[in-house]
Amino acid sequence: MNEAAHPVVLVLYLLSAVLFIFGLKGLTRVRSARRGNAVAALAMLIAIVGTFVEMGTFDPWWIFGGLLVGGLVGSFAAVRVQMTAMPEMVALLNGFGGAASALVAASNLWLLVIQPGVPVRAFDVLGGSSAATTVLSVLIGALTFSGSVVAWGKLSGALFDKPLLLPGRHVLNLLMLAGALGLGGWAAFAASDLGTIAILVVVVIVLSLALGVGLVIGIGGADMPVVISLLNSYSGIAAAMTGFVLSNNALIISGALVGASGLILTRIMCVAMNRTLANVLFGGFGAEVAGGPAGADAYGPVRSGGAEEAAMLLEAGDSVVFVPGYGLAVAQAQHTVRELADLLEKHGKKVTYGIHPVAGRMPGHMNVLLAEADVPYEQLLEMDVINPELKNTDVVIVVGANDVVNPAAMKDKTSPIWGMPILEVHHAHSVVVIKRSLSPGFAGIKNELFEYPNTMMLFADAKKALQEMVREYKEIMG
Amino acid sequence: MTGVLLFGIYVFVLAIFVGFEIITKIPPTLHTPLMSGANAISGITIVGALVAARTTHPDVATVLGFLAIVFAMINVAGGFLVTDRMLKMFGGKKK
Repeated sequence: MNEAAHPVVLVLYLLSAVLFIFGLKGLTRVRSARRGNAVAALAMLIAIVGTFVEMGTFDPWWIFGGLLVGGLVGSFAAVRVQMTAMPEMVALLNGFGGAASALVAASNLWLLVIQPGVPVRAFDVLGGSSAATTVLSVLIGALTFSGSVVAWGKLSGALFDKPLLLPGRHVLNLLMLAGALGLGGWAAFAASDLGTIAILVVVVIVLSLALGVGLVIGIGGADMPVVISLLNSYSGIAAAMTGFVLSNNALIISGALVGASGLILTRIMCVAMNRTLANVLFGGFGAEVAGGPAGADAYGPVRSGGAEEAAMLLEAGDSVVFVPGYGLAVAQAQHTVRELADLLEKHGKKVTYGIHPVAGRMPGHMNVLLAEADVPYEQLLEMDVINPELKNTDVVIVVGANDVVNPAAMKDKTSPIWGMPILEVHHAHSVVVIKRSLSPGFAGIKNELFEYPNTMMLFADAKKALQEMVREYKEIMG
Repeated sequence: MTGVLLFGIYVFVLAIFVGFEIITKIPPTLHTPLMSGANAISGITIVGALVAARTTHPDVATVLGFLAIVFAMINVAGGFLVTDRMLKMFGGKKK
C-alpha cells in the first residue's frame, strides 16, 4: 500500500509517528504528561486524516457509522469508569485493540483473495510476507482479545479469580498454538480453493480464541498486573503485524512502541515479585499451597486493637507512612485515607505513602487511586525510596495489603515468596494493619508480620476503620 | 517484496529501541496512564480498518472492516480520554 501511496500521505504518517514518540516522552514527567497525551491524540488525528486523503472515494455509511459507534462507546466508558475499575478498563481495551488488528487482517484477506472468486493461493496475491503476517496478526489479535476478556472477567469478579488448572493444559495450549500456526500456514501458502481458505481462517480464529482463554484462565487474580502488561504488549504487536500485512509504517512504528511499553511493564512486574515470566504464566501460583492455605489457626498470639488505640499511636508519632494494597481499592477507601492524612498533616506530622510496584491489580493502580483523592504525587514514594526511611518511621498503616509486607520474603528461605522485594514495614516503631481477618493473601501463606510485637491488627473494613480513626483522632486532639 | 519486508523489519526494530529508551524513563506513578495511553496508541489499527471498510460494494470484508473501526475507535476515544482524566488528577489541585 505504501509504495503506491501519495507522498503527502507518507509525510502525514511520518509526522504522526514522530508525534507519538514525543507524546510518550511527555509521559516521563508528571508535569508534562497531560500535554504528552494530547500530543499523542493529535498524532492519531493526523494519521486518520492521512488515511482519508489516501482513500479518496469511499462509502461514508460504514466508515462514519463505525467511527461514531466506537467513539460514543469509548467516550462513554472513559467518562463513567471508576478509578478503582481501571484494571478492568485497560484489560478490555487491550482486547479491543487485538480484535481490531485481527479483523483488519482478515478483512484484507477476504477483499483481496476470496472476494474476487478466482481460485488462487493467498501467497500468490499477497506475497509471502503479507500472507504470513496475516496469519500472525489474526492469531495474536484473537488470542489477545479472548485472553483479555478472561482477564477482565477475573478482575471484575464475573469469573472466579483463582487459577483454573486443567490437567494437561500446557500440552493442550501447545497443540492449539501448533494447530493455529499449521492451519494458518496452509491457508496462506498452500490452499488455493477459496472455500477451504475461508474455513481454515475461521478455524485459526477459533483456535486462537481458545488459546487466549487457555493461557489466562490458569493465572490467579493477583498475577493480573503481569497478565495485563503482557496483553498490552500483544495488542501492540498485533497492530505491528497488521502494519506488515498492509506495508504501513505508521502501524508498524506505533505497534512497536506499544509492544515495547507492555514488555517493559511486564518485566518490572516480574522483578517486583521475584518471579520469572514463565513462572507467572505457567505456574498456577496461588492455586494450592502445601499443607493447605494458612488460616487464622496458623497464627500464635496476635495483638489486636481498635480505632481508638490506633489513633493514640498516631497522636504520639511524628511520621506516618500509609501502605495501600488491593484492599484499599475494594473498600474504595482512598478518600478516607486522604482525610486522615490531612488531619495528621494539620498537626505537623510527616505523611508519606509507600507504594509496592505490584500493589493492586495493575502497574500504578495505587497511584491513580490516591491521585483521585488529591494526594500530591510527591508523597507517593517507590519501594526503594521508602524502605530506608521505614526504620525512622513512627507509625505505618497498612491498608488492605498483605504479601507485599510479609517479612518471610526476607527471612524464610522456604517461603514461596522468598526473595520477593517487600516494603520493610516491620522495621517501623509501630505497625497498624487494617484487615478484615487473618485470612491469607494471594500467596496463600501466613504473614508473620501480624505476630510481631510492634504490630497491631485492626480487624475491620478498611473504610470504616479509617473513618473511626479520623473520629477518634479528632476526639483526642480536641 | 523482500525489500518491503526488510524495510518494515528495520522500522519495527528501531521503533522498539526508541520505545525502550523512552518508556524505561517513565516513573512508576504514571504506569497506569501509560497503559491506557498505549491502549489508545494501539488503536492506530484504525488506519487499516478505515481502508478495509472503504469499498462501495459492501461484502464480508466491509463488515469485518466496520467492526474493526468500532473496536479501534473505542480504543482511540476511550484510551485518550481516560488517560487525560487520570493525568488531570495527577496534575491536580496542589496544596
